[in-house]
Amino acid sequence: MAFEPREPQKELKYDELRIYTDEELNNYTEEELKNFKIKHDIPDVEELEKGPWPSFVADAKREALHRQKLPEDRMMIARECVEDLLGQLQLSFDDGETHWKHGGIVGVFGYGGGVIGRYSDVPEKYPSIAHFHTMRVNQPASKFYNTDYLRSICDLWEYRGSGLMNMHGSTGDIIFLGTFTEQLEPIFYELTHVLQQDLGGSGSNLRTPSCCVGRARCEWACFDTQDMCYELTHYYQDELHRPAFPYKFKFKFDGCPNCCVASIARADMSFIGTWRDEIRIDQEAVQAYINGEIAPNGGAHAGKDWGKFDIQKEVIDLCPTKCMRMEDGKLVIDNKECTRCMHCINVMPQALRPGTDTGVSILFGAKAPILEGAQMSMLTIPFMKVEPPYDNVKELIEKVWDWWMEEGKNRERLGELIQRYGVPKFLEVIEVPPMPQMVKEPRSNPYIFWKEEDVPGGWQRDIKDYRAKHKR
Amino acid sequence: MALSTERLGRYNPDKPMENRITDLGPRHFWQYFPPIIQKNYGKWKYHEILEPGVLVHVSETGDKVFTVRCGGCRFMSVEHVREICEIADKYCDGYVRFTTRNNIEFMVDSPEKLEALKKDLMSRKHVSGSYKFPIGGTGAGLTNIVHTQGYLHCHTPATDASSMVKAVLDELFEYFQGMTFPAQVRISMACCLNMCGAVHCSDIALLGYHRKPPVIDHEVIEAMCEIPLVIAACPTGAISPAKTEDGKKTVKIKQERCMFCGNCYTMCLAVPLSDKEGDGVTILAGGKVSNRIHPPKFSKVVVPYLPNNFPRYPEVCQTVKKILEAYASDAKKYERIGDWAERIGWEKFFEKCDLPFTEHLIDDYRLAYDTYRTSTQFKYTEAAWEVSKAAGGI
Repeated sequence: MAFEPREPQKELKYDELRIYTDEELNNYTEEELKNFKIKHDIPDVEELEKGPWPSFVADAKREALHRQKLPEDRMMIARECVEDLLGQLQLSFDDGETHWKHGGIVGVFGYGGGVIGRYSDVPEKYPSIAHFHTMRVNQPASKFYNTDYLRSICDLWEYRGSGLMNMHGSTGDIIFLGTFTEQLEPIFYELTHVLQQDLGGSGSNLRTPSCCVGRARCEWACFDTQDMCYELTHYYQDELHRPAFPYKFKFKFDGCPNCCVASIARADMSFIGTWRDEIRIDQEAVQAYINGEIAPNGGAHAGKDWGKFDIQKEVIDLCPTKCMRMEDGKLVIDNKECTRCMHCINVMPQALRPGTDTGVSILFGAKAPILEGAQMSMLTIPFMKVEPPYDNVKELIEKVWDWWMEEGKNRERLGELIQRYGVPKFLEVIEVPPMPQMVKEPRSNPYIFWKEEDVPGGWQRDIKDYRAKHKR
Repeated sequence: MALSTERLGRYNPDKPMENRITDLGPRHFWQYFPPIIQKNYGKWKYHEILEPGVLVHVSETGDKVFTVRCGGCRFMSVEHVREICEIADKYCDGYVRFTTRNNIEFMVDSPEKLEALKKDLMSRKHVSGSYKFPIGGTGAGLTNIVHTQGYLHCHTPATDASSMVKAVLDELFEYFQGMTFPAQVRISMACCLNMCGAVHCSDIALLGYHRKPPVIDHEVIEAMCEIPLVIAACPTGAISPAKTEDGKKTVKIKQERCMFCGNCYTMCLAVPLSDKEGDGVTILAGGKVSNRIHPPKFSKVVVPYLPNNFPRYPEVCQTVKKILEAYASDAKKYERIGDWAERIGWEKFFEKCDLPFTEHLIDDYRLAYDTYRTSTQFKYTEAAWEVSKAAGGI
């Protein structure tokens, strides 16, 4: 099956888009790189070139040399910016403190997010990073690329910025790391007009949504994580670019309960794939696992001898609900007792597969510790069918946003608002009844906030009536 | 239309709104899928890890896609991305993918291409010797450490990120290339507790932390900050309004109430916290996000403070290694670090990992009571005998 993008996609051909010639791209030798010294003395930073793990310092030096050898008019910000950045890193090691100034409001016209202002607090020492603003570029869902696209953004970013980037930032965006204010609008213009590409979110906005690899290369995706991520990102562009929220808001899409994009820990609204029918069993493959013909857990434990695979010990006894057993040589699962934790499926991927009647569980309110302490998302909608154009999901999202925008305090995440008002209020807002699955256990204190309408006769009483029966 | 080369490109600063295009959103994902991914979308049947860092996914159509996963620095130059492109063009028809944990994945459709690709990747090294594309990060091993910006680009860090991750991964490199743990191990790093990296549900979390209350810049606070917002930003109510001797509005801080979260500094540049001696690293352990067997868990603070010993953080590296070695030798198959700690009891975790238990590790914030042990079920360790001795019990 193929997908129709919301907008026709202009094909990007690097050969038509490129800024640099092959000669410019290959302008230094390995020998020159070996002998290359940057302009600052950075002994501790250079120490990080040793060791087997890829050295970001060695990589940055490559870019520094490349810039050294490009003609002056082939870069719109100073060629020494990479060297100055490494110099400032050494100074930060020496001082045990960062040397970036606090904040700085910059951006592109009409957007309240996507650009983060950054200024050095020692610009006299490191003038080429006096400004070093970040731009967040909204990644395609699940981060597949072709080289035409990547080479094009590399040329754009080396020409108009530092040539340093993050692939990717924590939220999922491609991060352009470091340019001057003057270049922000030109970069945005090129991104939108030439590359048909937009910025991501920052500040009190919808943040750039992200998703797992999904159906592109995983057998467990219970819904179309890429398509839903793409559709909701496009549908909520206004919320992503123009801050109107109390604080940040994140969507993340995990195709199954393994949660590879950590939606349950990180998203205000977590979409996690699940199913409501039965785990598919291939009994022959179960036997093959028992007989040792297939390595358990997809071979994940191959580095150590854990002994012969034991289905009783490794699967049946570890099932959190004990809903599995062997009967006449066949594996039997009591699916109505199953909580879909994925363990058995993870251990025997060739024998067991999620059901086929699939959808999402929706959980709300995860966030990192600032301020009330970390929260994980709370199970709220047990199962929802999700098909394009996802109108049922959009309706739910908008109920939540309306309430949060009305009641949320400045810098209050949804999870904190739910705690402040209580889950019953939240359920009233989203118009769903309570269910025991929302809690680990019922409350152990009896302090119920009864409402007046819950109690026959209401709360308006006359003390005289009371005193007629009870003397003081 | 080529990318422009004029100083301001096609942008006209005199007419900033002219021809402006906005709200385009991300490009569509489908065009970036290699043909084999397009063809088998939603048809994958199962996968296997052929060796550390190498996966095969098998489709119902019979097609197979081989993936080589390489560790990547999240911080990378365009030169590095161009080298990734060169490899992708050579072996993968010009397609490549990045994972949520900053790994780079190259995909091919035949075992022959796979062998050539692997050989090429492992042969590429920086001039100073480190691998450019180490293969690994799969199965019951250590995968890439996700992290934040640190001193390279952030204004609130209590430590550096890229250097700590480099130091720790150099130390643990064999675990990245192997699959010898009882289950997967996810280490995450955030350079302050704003936690852009959301490390709070990781097997091991490395967290930069301040230990000195803010120092107040009385000269500028009134002009540069909204004082009521600064006061409201403090979760413990430690900040209150004050006046300087010459009558300027400012704030005062009850230092003993400060928990060093830095939320005030996020709101106001006139109350910085960072300090060479004060700042350092906290280690948390036992969290996870997967629902497998046990529900997701938060990571717990197991080491309150280690120094920022740049650039190699030996104390941090050794502590992480110590925890992992104890885990690897003691946990049962499929147990994550948190599952293991809960089975043996946290008192045994501290004993087996040889970590001191200090008062800092007992919660005294909002939901502290939930962490008290209200039971007579415990195991005896040296720490328990110390208490009995101190109380005159033995």
